[in-house]
Amino acid sequence: MEILALLILLIPLFAAAFITLFTRRNPGSSALISIFACAASFLLSLIVYARLGDAQAIETEGIKWLSVGALNVELGFIIDRLSVLMLLIVTGVGLMIHIYSSGYMKGDPGYSRFFASLSLFTFSMLGIVFASNFFQMFVFWELVGLSSYLLIGFWFEKPSAADACKKAFITNRIGDFGFLLGIILLWSILGSVQFREIAANIKTNPGVLGSLGGLAGLLVFFGAMGKSAQFPLHVWLPDAMEGPTPVSALIHAATMVAAGVYMLTRVFFVYTAVPHWPNWLAFMEGVSPLNIIGWIGGFTALLAALIAVQQNDIKRILAYSTLSQLGYMIMAVGMAGTTAAMYHLSTHAFFKALLFLGSGSVIHAMHHEQDIWQMGALKKKMPVTFWTFLFATLALSGVWPLSGFYSKDEVLYSALNSNPVLFGVGVLVAVLTTFYMFRLIFVVFYSSARSEGAAHAHESPPAMVLPLVVLAIPTLLAGLWGIDSYLVPAPESEHARDLFSVLAAPFSHAPLVAIFGLGAVLFGFSLAYGLYYNQSRDVLAETAPWLSRAMRNRFYFDELYSWLIALTHENLARLANAIDRWIIGGLVVKGVHGTTELAGRVLRLAQTGNLQTYAFILVLGITVLLFVFFR
Amino acid sequence: MAPQDIAFYIFSALTLLCGIIVITKRDPVTAAMFLVLSIVCLAGLFVLLQAFFLAAVQVLVYAGAVMVLFLFVIMLLDLKDEVRRRIRLVRGVLGLISVAAFAAVILHLIWKAKPGATLGTPALVGGTAPLGKLLFQNFILPFEILSLLLLVAMIGVILLSKRDLK
Amino acid sequence: MHIGLEHYLTVSALLFSLGLLGVLVRRNILIMYMSLELMLNAANLAFVAMSRFNNNLNGQVMVFFIITVAAAEVAVGLALIVALYRKRQTAHVEDLSSMKY
Repeated sequence: MEILALLILLIPLFAAAFITLFTRRNPGSSALISIFACAASFLLSLIVYARLGDAQAIETEGIKWLSVGALNVELGFIIDRLSVLMLLIVTGVGLMIHIYSSGYMKGDPGYSRFFASLSLFTFSMLGIVFASNFFQMFVFWELVGLSSYLLIGFWFEKPSAADACKKAFITNRIGDFGFLLGIILLWSILGSVQFREIAANIKTNPGVLGSLGGLAGLLVFFGAMGKSAQFPLHVWLPDAMEGPTPVSALIHAATMVAAGVYMLTRVFFVYTAVPHWPNWLAFMEGVSPLNIIGWIGGFTALLAALIAVQQNDIKRILAYSTLSQLGYMIMAVGMAGTTAAMYHLSTHAFFKALLFLGSGSVIHAMHHEQDIWQMGALKKKMPVTFWTFLFATLALSGVWPLSGFYSKDEVLYSALNSNPVLFGVGVLVAVLTTFYMFRLIFVVFYSSARSEGAAHAHESPPAMVLPLVVLAIPTLLAGLWGIDSYLVPAPESEHARDLFSVLAAPFSHAPLVAIFGLGAVLFGFSLAYGLYYNQSRDVLAETAPWLSRAMRNRFYFDELYSWLIALTHENLARLANAIDRWIIGGLVVKGVHGTTELAGRVLRLAQTGNLQTYAFILVLGITVLLFVFFR
Repeated sequence: MAPQDIAFYIFSALTLLCGIIVITKRDPVTAAMFLVLSIVCLAGLFVLLQAFFLAAVQVLVYAGAVMVLFLFVIMLLDLKDEVRRRIRLVRGVLGLISVAAFAAVILHLIWKAKPGATLGTPALVGGTAPLGKLLFQNFILPFEILSLLLLVAMIGVILLSKRDLK
Repeated sequence: MHIGLEHYLTVSALLFSLGLLGVLVRRNILIMYMSLELMLNAANLAFVAMSRFNNNLNGQVMVFFIITVAAAEVAVGLALIVALYRKRQTAHVEDLSSMKY
């Protein structure tokens, strides 16, 4: 079994290396190699899934990696239901996107480099999925950040792209710093970085982390905050749209940003420790890190949804939608509903990837125009794109019986049970989600063509359309597959057996939640229809200009951050200048010089050249010596 | 008080007095004369210490040859009286204090250690014969080296007093 | 009071101090030199006294040597002073300060 896991992990890496070394000049081969590698990993993942069968997990041996002092790290593979689920999603959706890219990126001079980077990313992401200890996870965490950097900045000649990839990496790093602190804290208290050992340790003694229980959980969350773009580290995700659309689909919709949620689910045992706080954080007593996570998730969801309402770039709308849905998932984790979070992660991977790829198809047809107010009436020109896009939107909004409905239902259900306020936030976000998504559909696909490009658009080539169709299948049906019961097997009595009971399950299980969810969809849809059907300009922008402007400008977070950074930077630079000039230059260098010179000058006074002075000093010396030695 | 003690006091007082005069007189010739007198008194002290040969040598060599040489040079240089330069009181006082301290320390050491307490006054006859025997038996090497020294000194003096050294 | 070793040593010490004072205070180089001789003589006295009271003639031999060396030293020293006087036309010790930095 370890061999299988190792193969799954390493085939994409070899593909990346091979492409980089040998097939740089041969775009066709590069694409083939990369697609083949991803397909191979997918097939092997299917085999692992089959092997796992009904078992909860398979035990695997790890390889001893490094042993430094008290730190013992092994390279291990976790094969349980959670990791198998992630494997299938990463390799499956990844495969679709690989195929899509072969059509989308055709003609680009960096074609081979793109596929090498995609394979590298696949390798890194799979590493996170397999990681059996914090150290390994952190290494692959950083690798994923690096791959993201390479892919966002793929068109690096564009200054905006270069800035965006830097921003992504740096923001990620800030989160990773907190993550690293959390890891070190856990290791220093518990002496191990292995998930298994730490989980067992905390299970037997929930108070083992002492006064640092809450802090450890919070710090580990920082990593998820960076990677999954939660407030306040959310600023990098919209800018990451500077990368090619397949990149946005793969990394910033389906997999990388989901890594944060996966990580939190994997290390959830940290949050089962008793949340005490150290003395200097005494005001936090009574607050659990899960509370903080839940609120941050909810806040991010709401903030992103509000911003998305007034965005005019098709990819930006989808980016903020991703942010919002990530907020949902994190909120679910915060309310101890990790199953709901993973369920939503899986369905979101399908329909969000489909949405991005569909938007890529639209952008491709519009010759890389991304402003939605330049599009229109694309429904007839690009039917396949339209229909798959519509299905994905319905899923995202949470329309029964599509996949999104089921996962959103679970999230809202856990919210209702733990924190009614967050439930309200969740419902509000559902309204806004439906609203801005249908705004997008009405403006892009309906009404009339608003520009030359829109008038001349046509359907995309098969390499791009095929993945859309393939992805539409899970978008429609994933709700019926029982992903949540796969993760956490439900007792026999509750297990729905036939199709009808599965379809009706949410209504019988928690009718209130389902009703609220569907009601939100209806409300949002009618708002969007009223405001945006057959319109040629943005009505909302005219009725509430300052609110609209705030939303369009992302609530000025970027400006705030850049001001903060400039301020810190300037003051640090001033301080460094002062130290360098006055302390090092003045005190140390000139001080040494001056002291030596002064000493010389003083000592020179003793050289009078006068014989009697010397004799006098001689006598004094002798007297003193005699006095001291023979007293 | 034995006559030796009286003689001791007289001679030592004279020596010290002449010493003071030597260091205070401005005229070098007068100073030299009083130095001669001091040396002669010292010879007297030597006699009291029963070092007869040394007393004689002291008078003959030191007073007779060395001081005469001194006077020769003084006359040769034909110095005017030391022109009164600005009196440096500070220097005088400082010198006095430091020397006084030095003397105090040494005297204190002498009188604390009292080296003579354990010694008697044996009846020693320090004649010439035992001295000569010691000189030519135990100290023959330094004796010869000393003659070499004198030779070197002679040559040095001749060289140094040449008018211009080519 | 019975004259003991300490008395002779006291005289020697005082004579030595006088010579030292002369060296430190006088500015005429010849007087300085004479004070130097005074110091040598004080040392001689100490030697003889010690030799007498320790019943050991080595001290007297030492004095013999000291007198000889003193004589040689005076000769050379005076020759030097004469040469110096010829060069600098002064016997004032303060004028001889070419070693001053």
